[in-house]
Amino acid sequence: MAEEAPKLRVVGTRPIRPDGVDKVTGRATFGADFTLPGMLFGKVSHSPYAHARIRSIDTSRAAAVPGVKAVITGSDLPEITREEAFVGEAPMNFRDLSQNVLARDKVLYDGHAVAAVCASSVAAAEEAISLIDVSYEVLPHVVEVRDAMAEDAPILHEHIRTKGVDPKPETPSNVVSRVEFALGDVEAGFRQADTVVEREFTTQAVHQGYIEPHACVASISPDGMATVWCSSQGQFMVRAYCAKLLGTEISRIRVIPAEIGGGFGGKTVVYLEPLALALAKKSGRPVKMVMTREEVFRATGPTSSAVLRVKVGAKSSGAITAAEMTLMYGAGAFPGSPVQLGCMTGFAPYDLENVKAVGYDVVLNRPKAAAYRAPGAPMAAFGVEAVLDELAETLGIEPLELRAKNAAKEGTKAAYGPKFRRIGYRETLEAAKSHSHLQVPLGPNQGRGIASGFWFNIGGQSSAAVHVNEDGTVLVVSPNPDIGGSRASMAIMAAEVLGVEVEKVKPIVADTASIAYSDLTGGSRVTFAVGMAVVQAARDVVEQLRARAAKLWDIEPDAVVWDGGEARPSSSNAGDFSPLSLADIAAKAARTGGPISGKANINASGAGPGFGTHICDVEVDPETGRVTVLRYTAIQDVGRAIHPSYVEGQLQGGAAQGIGWALNEEYIYDDSGRLQNPGFLDYRVPVASDLPMIDAVLVEVPNPTHPYGVRGVGEVPIVPPLAAVANAVGRATGVRCFDLPISPPRLLHALEERRSEAAD
Amino acid sequence: MAQVVLSYELAQQYTGGQTHLEVDAKDFRALVKALDGRYPGLGPELGVGLAVAIDGEIFQEPFLEPIQPSSEVYFLPAIEGG
Repeated sequence: MAEEAPKLRVVGTRPIRPDGVDKVTGRATFGADFTLPGMLFGKVSHSPYAHARIRSIDTSRAAAVPGVKAVITGSDLPEITREEAFVGEAPMNFRDLSQNVLARDKVLYDGHAVAAVCASSVAAAEEAISLIDVSYEVLPHVVEVRDAMAEDAPILHEHIRTKGVDPKPETPSNVVSRVEFALGDVEAGFRQADTVVEREFTTQAVHQGYIEPHACVASISPDGMATVWCSSQGQFMVRAYCAKLLGTEISRIRVIPAEIGGGFGGKTVVYLEPLALALAKKSGRPVKMVMTREEVFRATGPTSSAVLRVKVGAKSSGAITAAEMTLMYGAGAFPGSPVQLGCMTGFAPYDLENVKAVGYDVVLNRPKAAAYRAPGAPMAAFGVEAVLDELAETLGIEPLELRAKNAAKEGTKAAYGPKFRRIGYRETLEAAKSHSHLQVPLGPNQGRGIASGFWFNIGGQSSAAVHVNEDGTVLVVSPNPDIGGSRASMAIMAAEVLGVEVEKVKPIVADTASIAYSDLTGGSRVTFAVGMAVVQAARDVVEQLRARAAKLWDIEPDAVVWDGGEARPSSSNAGDFSPLSLADIAAKAARTGGPISGKANINASGAGPGFGTHICDVEVDPETGRVTVLRYTAIQDVGRAIHPSYVEGQLQGGAAQGIGWALNEEYIYDDSGRLQNPGFLDYRVPVASDLPMIDAVLVEVPNPTHPYGVRGVGEVPIVPPLAAVANAVGRATGVRCFDLPISPPRLLHALEERRSEAAD
Repeated sequence: MAQVVLSYELAQQYTGGQTHLEVDAKDFRALVKALDGRYPGLGPELGVGLAVAIDGEIFQEPFLEPIQPSSEVYFLPAIEGG
């Protein structure tokens, strides 16, 4: 199942996390914790309408409030009239981003920012906001995907003509694009099938639910040099996006990363930072902006709502002959849902000759969708894994067995095209089959669901520096915000290369002026890609240490080895010298050439994809429709777990978020398109008392392209739970739910419908 | 000859709908140049917003990565994460 691990000293151990004490004692500084002399407080005015034209904005009454120092509207930002690709993981449409950050001629969702003020107190800023007079022409709105795709739907953007259809349309549409991925001949494949299952599903937009709202402090000097303190998933992303949105050079902005209280993809974009900078420039003072929870829900991106159709055909043996899906994802107010990624990932765990996925990106009057942990994948996997479960039940095959019969392996052509290299999906199925979870007997109203999932993981541009301090301790400097334990892993990997105790290695996350560029934290890339850079930088240090020892001993560098954290002569022929430790060599660094420091700047490739298989047991209360998760096992191929506790945490966290997505979370809009539940009381995420301990099983099939075999782990775990939970509920009740969330009212309704049908 | 696979959208726009192509090139830069020569305008599209899988390994912004005669090259949407 797992490959034999090489003898590693530090990798795979569980040292105390370097940020732990500060975080549990309240010493850690987050975006909202910074203050500066003379600082002002900024607030945003939000649209109360889902869709409206802005006739005029009068800010005079707001500006007259005592303590108000500046007011901005969309006209204060440079106009970006065409789409541009710039920096980051994927191209960014800066025209849309600018219009999302501050509306121009239209507001496109309840919560869309229309103006911002800064004042000497929060109270003054809030009073000023209430006095901003916006004249709106209210327009019809649309918040559901199917409604937005209808012929007579209110149009959000007159310039959008659906791409990817032939002939090219001439009339505007809310359907931004059509994409297609296909292998083989699905029609022929369905003709060969003994059984075909076809279902339609819906999932709701869910928020990333980070516990820390967006917050920042921005300051600009009279010569235009700006500094931003903020939590984000990428200080270089913040710098680049702010530079673009404000029409300034990248070198004039320095972004200092704060600790981050959760991101999950939702902080891979900017909302407040450009506004804070614009207000700081206009007022001549530093400006702090902190979102309320209501603002987070109304004005920041959740993931997409989705409508999907999935069809799978199989022989009676369980061999899948054809698989097809159509995905329609809501992008929110501006184009860019992750529907392409959904098309690519849904069938990825399976070795299929005939497969087709068609996707539609649809705009509607909701906040612009943002990335959420494996963007696009959970919805597609929900449909696929639910259909496979129904297929298994129909064919009388165990769910794990059905998956094993069709599992992708090394050399399999993925559903999205390329052949897989070394992957560990089958190993997760084997681990599931042998797990004790399957032996636990189920009682009345209880059911067990199984589902699998896939995520690519990515590499990308990454930098690192390793400095040897004068006393032989080590500083590892990397550019990526730590949202899942990456800084601890950087220290572990550096310690492994250097042969020193991990306690002697201090990891820090540096600002944009102190370390070279790195792509943002996301895509499960940091431990893989930045880790690769750290290893290279540490190996560079080792070469320097060998050369310094050689100088001290007056021998050739080739005659020096680095072993166990010490320089030694390679053989007795090289000379009789006592070993030199890092501290010994560091103490003499000045004599032998100066400070000892290594760096690496790479564009990492070879990220190994990840697969997970989850097992979920539920009990359903037939009188209330409440679903209780009794036990949950998350099994995943993690490559190699650098710090296993963190990796287990990623599996548990992703599973918890997926369970919330399946059972409770949704945005509720009234008839006017206003969000009714912008708070955690009514937007119900699972809390600690809702869930059992999630058993995280780490299967290690090392990624051969990484020095320690790392695969990204953070995103796979949110992909299987939607179907794992839904399948469990289906098996517990005999009623399959195709619409998420399976909240008590919905399930109760489904159970009562079934009872009525039975009575008839 | 390397086997190259384009998206349906790019194929519709530039190659008359042909998604599977054969190209003789020693590296990615040469491959893009060859495709642009054959289908004018396609070259710049292959550098924007796409990830590229060469023999199963996914690259963001490849340039001089070697291409073998037996290589499979897939142009994929850029993969963002969360």
